[in-house]
Amino acid sequence: MAQAIFRIWRGDSGGGEFRDYATEVTSGMVVLDVVRQIQAEQAHDLALRWNCKAGKCGSCSAEVNGMPKLMCMSRTSDLPLEKPVTVQPMKAFPLIKDLVTDVSWNYRVKKKIKPFRPRKPDEKDGTWRMAQSDVDRSMEFRKCIECFLCQDVCHVLREHRLLDEFIGPRFLVHIAALEMHPLDTENRLEDLRKEHGIGYCNITKCCTKVCPEDITITDNAIIPLKERVVDVSYDPIRRFLARYRRKASAVGLAS
Amino acid sequence: MTHPTNALNPSGFGRTTRPDAWWLQPAVVLFGLSAFIVYSTWAAFQGVHYYYGPYVSPFYSPELLGESPHSWFGPKPSWWFSWLPWSPAFLILWAPGGFRLTCYYYRGAYYKAFWADPPACAVGEPRKRYLGEGSFPLILQNVHRYFLYVALAFLVFLTYDVWKALWFEDLVTGQVHFGVGVGTLVLATNVTLLGGYTLGCHSLRHLVGGRHDHLSERPVRRTAYSCVSCLNQRHMMFAWLSLFWVGFSDLYVRLCSMGVWTDWRIF
Ligand code: SF4
Ligand code: SF4
Ligand code: FES
Ligand code: FES
Repeated sequence: MAQAIFRIWRGDSGGGEFRDYATEVTSGMVVLDVVRQIQAEQAHDLALRWNCKAGKCGSCSAEVNGMPKLMCMSRTSDLPLEKPVTVQPMKAFPLIKDLVTDVSWNYRVKKKIKPFRPRKPDEKDGTWRMAQSDVDRSMEFRKCIECFLCQDVCHVLREHRLLDEFIGPRFLVHIAALEMHPLDTENRLEDLRKEHGIGYCNITKCCTKVCPEDITITDNAIIPLKERVVDVSYDPIRRFLARYRRKASAVGLAS
Repeated sequence: MTHPTNALNPSGFGRTTRPDAWWLQPAVVLFGLSAFIVYSTWAAFQGVHYYYGPYVSPFYSPELLGESPHSWFGPKPSWWFSWLPWSPAFLILWAPGGFRLTCYYYRGAYYKAFWADPPACAVGEPRKRYLGEGSFPLILQNVHRYFLYVALAFLVFLTYDVWKALWFEDLVTGQVHFGVGVGTLVLATNVTLLGGYTLGCHSLRHLVGGRHDHLSERPVRRTAYSCVSCLNQRHMMFAWLSLFWVGFSDLYVRLCSMGVWTDWRIF
């Protein structure tokens, strides 16, 4: 058992301050346990959001010692408890109260993305056949729990506030899952470059670093999408080949 | 539409509540890359001591024009302006230089270390304005795949250099013998590490299979994609190891050529 100081942000959109709470930390506690203990014993009006306490609902996102983290997956044994531990709300989103932010911008962004459009069913009964190895690639992206920690840490959103220009890593992961799906026939590459602003990502990998589901966001989702965008928008040889193939297949169809 | 930021945490260079040494990693990258740039520029400008026996420095290979026996097309051209510095390295170093400069890993690393964009994750930045890679000048980074094509050719040339580094001339009889020197191992390690780096490139990963969604129908591509992906997971490691070793290979050949180091023959 150890005494520790937790420095928690208290306030709302009008302003606020960090307040220190001295509390007991016992072995096995995670930051969410400590914050709930403080709420129960010292600060009954402390607002926080949580649900599963198992790293699966994505609702307890906050910043622990300055890094975006799920409070329920942050072990106190990994923290230097001899110094005050800061717990603050996600910076990238408007503050509602204390540790709770308004993440609804993310839901609005998701609506702008072209949905899954499967090819015609392969079988008469309306079902499809796909190879497991082809779907495996996008499975990693489907682990996302929409905690929005990656959106919070991404400097394009966090620092430069380009929320109208850039959809952020979470939704690049979502698009990667759709684009790489073997049944999907939709084309989102033009949108990616224009409306979704993939060019704003400068591949600095902070999103990958904070993802609690260990999704290799930058290397497996964003860079492959950037490469697909290069194919259709920037690479003259690829564009020429694509046009040539289109023409050839049109001739083939006509003959 | 305006998007308010949280008043509790205003932006500003270096602002963060991270208590750890967040500056350490960008500082190491800054130091490592700067040291390499300084050394390689110095070495490229030397124009001498870049070959020794069957070895040629990778900074000078392929030697298109130059004075050494490794030169492909003869000596320095007579029309080269006298006021313009000359070195065989100038003709080729743009290729590996451009390849590394536009590499996805290095881009992320030097945007952080040299441009503080961001200095580290969740740390405030020095500038408000941000263009990213979607507009000029950084949109030019999309040329990376073209540098890849050249880098793949360089891998072949450097492998050939290792082959040549296996044949030693007897200075008395003039006969050529098969052998292995420490320099051979240095050059072989160099090409192995460069291979690990180049063959793990993101653009190559895309080219060999990443751009397809139905790899199960293309077994050759599927295997190639898995191999490149495997190296790609260690891309950062190979980027640093190969960077260090290519510099060391030049240093090794240079010091042997200057007579400072002796190249030991293993057999
Ligand atoms: S890699 Fe790109 S998306 Fe991820 S945090 Fe960095 S800039 Fe944002
Ligand atoms: S990609 Fe990872 S960090 Fe981003 S929302 Fe999904 S689970 Fe959270
Ligand atoms: S409470 Fe559900 S993820 Fe933390
Ligand atoms: S991505 Fe690093 S070499 Fe291509």
